[in-house]
Amino acid sequence: MATLSRTAADLFWMARYLERAEAMARLVEMGRRMAMLPNSAEGHREEWRSVAAAAGCAAHFEDRDVDQKTVIVGLVLDRANPSSIVSCLDRARHNARSVRTALTTQAWETLNEAWLRLGDLTESAALRELPQTLDWVKGRCAQFRGASDATMLRDDRYDFARLGLLIERADMTLRLLDVKHYVLLPETDVVGGGRDRHQWTSVLMATSALRAYHWVYRGDFSPWRIADFLILNGACPRSLAHCSLESVAVLDRLARGYGERHACHHTASETVALLSDLDIGAIFHDGLHEFLTRMIARNNRLTAEIADAYHF
Amino acid sequence: MFDEMTGDGGVRPPYHDIAAWLEAMGPEAMELKRLEAETLFRRIGITFAVYGEGGDPERLIPFDLIPRVFSAEEWRTLSRGITQRARALNAFLWDVYHRGEILKAGVIPADLIYRNAAFLPEMMGVDPPGRIYSHIVGIDIVRTGPHEFLVLEDNCRTPSGVSYVLENREIMMRMFPDLFAGGRVLPVDGYPDMLRATLEEVAPPACKGDPTCVVLTPGPLNSAYYEHSFLADQMGVELVEARDLFVDEGKVWMKTTQGPSRVDVIYRRIDDDFIDPLVFRPESVLGVAGLMNAYRSGGVTIVSAPGAGVADDKAVYCYVPDMIRFYLGEKAILKNVPTWKCSEPEDCAYVLAHLDEVVVKEVHGSGGYGMLIGPKSTAAERDVFARKIREAPGVFIAQPTLDLSTVPSLSPLGPSPRHVDFRPFALVGKDIRLTPGGLTRVALREGSLVVNSSQGGGVKDTWVLTE
Repeated sequence: MATLSRTAADLFWMARYLERAEAMARLVEMGRRMAMLPNSAEGHREEWRSVAAAAGCAAHFEDRDVDQKTVIVGLVLDRANPSSIVSCLDRARHNARSVRTALTTQAWETLNEAWLRLGDLTESAALRELPQTLDWVKGRCAQFRGASDATMLRDDRYDFARLGLLIERADMTLRLLDVKHYVLLPETDVVGGGRDRHQWTSVLMATSALRAYHWVYRGDFSPWRIADFLILNGACPRSLAHCSLESVAVLDRLARGYGERHACHHTASETVALLSDLDIGAIFHDGLHEFLTRMIARNNRLTAEIADAYHF
Repeated sequence: MFDEMTGDGGVRPPYHDIAAWLEAMGPEAMELKRLEAETLFRRIGITFAVYGEGGDPERLIPFDLIPRVFSAEEWRTLSRGITQRARALNAFLWDVYHRGEILKAGVIPADLIYRNAAFLPEMMGVDPPGRIYSHIVGIDIVRTGPHEFLVLEDNCRTPSGVSYVLENREIMMRMFPDLFAGGRVLPVDGYPDMLRATLEEVAPPACKGDPTCVVLTPGPLNSAYYEHSFLADQMGVELVEARDLFVDEGKVWMKTTQGPSRVDVIYRRIDDDFIDPLVFRPESVLGVAGLMNAYRSGGVTIVSAPGAGVADDKAVYCYVPDMIRFYLGEKAILKNVPTWKCSEPEDCAYVLAHLDEVVVKEVHGSGGYGMLIGPKSTAAERDVFARKIREAPGVFIAQPTLDLSTVPSLSPLGPSPRHVDFRPFALVGKDIRLTPGGLTRVALREGSLVVNSSQGGGVKDTWVLTE
């Protein structure tokens, strides 16, 4: 049941790029909402800078005057930015085309159609109809996941794509929290202000988790509750706990099929064990930023170990 | 000019259904259907790339909705002729890479073969399984009258276009199910299974059990990439790039998530030059180092064999009827187009004196490039060609400008006659297998004779009717 290593790698990265494209759409959505807040600094430059940082694209905007338009264009349309939505969809589609035979017709056509329509997306249209554009991106990514989910054989190829998705998703949640912590909240004592509350809810919005949060915690927006939800609550599909548990399940299935366990299996299980021993109080006590940095590094290590184990 | 639908008045019997259908549809409905078909092609991703022209790197081949039809009787003649030719070409390839009897007998000039760029000395004495060199033979055929079929050229290396044969039919059946309701059109979708069977039959004798076959592609940037992925998908085999393969101890392996896995048969869609950097082009990154050695020692089968191109050279083409007589003791069922070889002084003089009448082609050219169509050329173009021919006569051949048959095709003014050619694909394994049909290419510009997709040509679904 082995598959070509290049195919496995291409599927892994295809799923990552798609997940990233969707995350980018959510981030821009978050920025747009924050920019509608009253009494923030002129032009909401700090908010947009934080959005760029959360996207991992701070370097892309380094020497520029960061305003709303620059960030939106940079994160949505700029092909020079490897993490922009357009770049991500380009690369996802390129990878998908390279492994055309590993995808079902329905999954491939969904992605290909989205990519074809991308060609018609102009800067003016994207800016004018930003909410619709972002919804369209999210919708297409969801459609691709649905098509793959409904039609792809549950074999190792599916598992590699799934791993890419889970790792990217965990990475994005971690970075989003880190930016919130690091850039938006340098002085922890002001936690609880009106604007601060809105920014925290933006994080939930960016993870499409606002309603779910309400359901679980009622309207109690404290930073540690939100952090708890996004890090430790396994019921939240974008939480680190959920992504880690799922990764272990996928990796275990691969190990059963191949009859072999590797370093990546150990790392993934260790993450799950580590998370189940923690509570959010302890994380805040030892430093949220330090914890997030450690987890991002761990996630990167897992990627490297998977690549190593399966000869990517 | 022979029109395949109307012949010399009335509607020829194979086209009865088509004529009635065209009548019933009307031009506006046809135009809507045409747009629908284009959307389908784009969404599926059936595209090809044109090199060096800029613009959309993934272009669509225009698909003409009106099918081209062969009667059962016409197909019988064609298939016998195609099979005969595929057999003779393979016998020829085995001969020139062994004792060269046909050259010794003086039937074909030895220089033409041994000094040919497509002749590979590395292949001398190699015995591919079943003595087969060209496993997929694409034969380009034109028609000039009700019973006149002529072979324009042979393609013994890696002829492309078969994916269009299957996809065109798929799209026609999806859009016009009623047309196929009577069950009179023979299906073409058996091709991938036949190709797979062919590949398995030519596995190295040392291979025990089910052979592992792969399709080797240069990658997604290649113009025929869609076809490569399509065929791999339809056969259920891996689509590999050279970087996925390596040679160890005379065997070929692909890199998989569980480590190396043996490969027995490689259907390569890369040129000879790029097979093995150790033997051919040292700078090539497309090839697999050591592949030729593994092949020569019987560790793997390469489909088609390296060096198979020496049989489809346009100068060698002239001798195919002689090959058929020499190896099979038969008369060629499908005729060649009369050809003047500029390498011969008399022929050359004739060609130079009649440049405005003939079609001049480069012996090694392909894709409709580097050719002169006399009657459509300007005096300046003819001067350029005359000079080129005088400088290197051996590089050129010439043929009379043929009055190619036409088939009705959609145009802004409704169905109008357009010139067509035809490429069937013969599969050569233990048996020779032929899909009933092939690729019909059509010159969509009015009056044009150039059917190449790179120069404004399109494709049509091709029907072979039951008895």
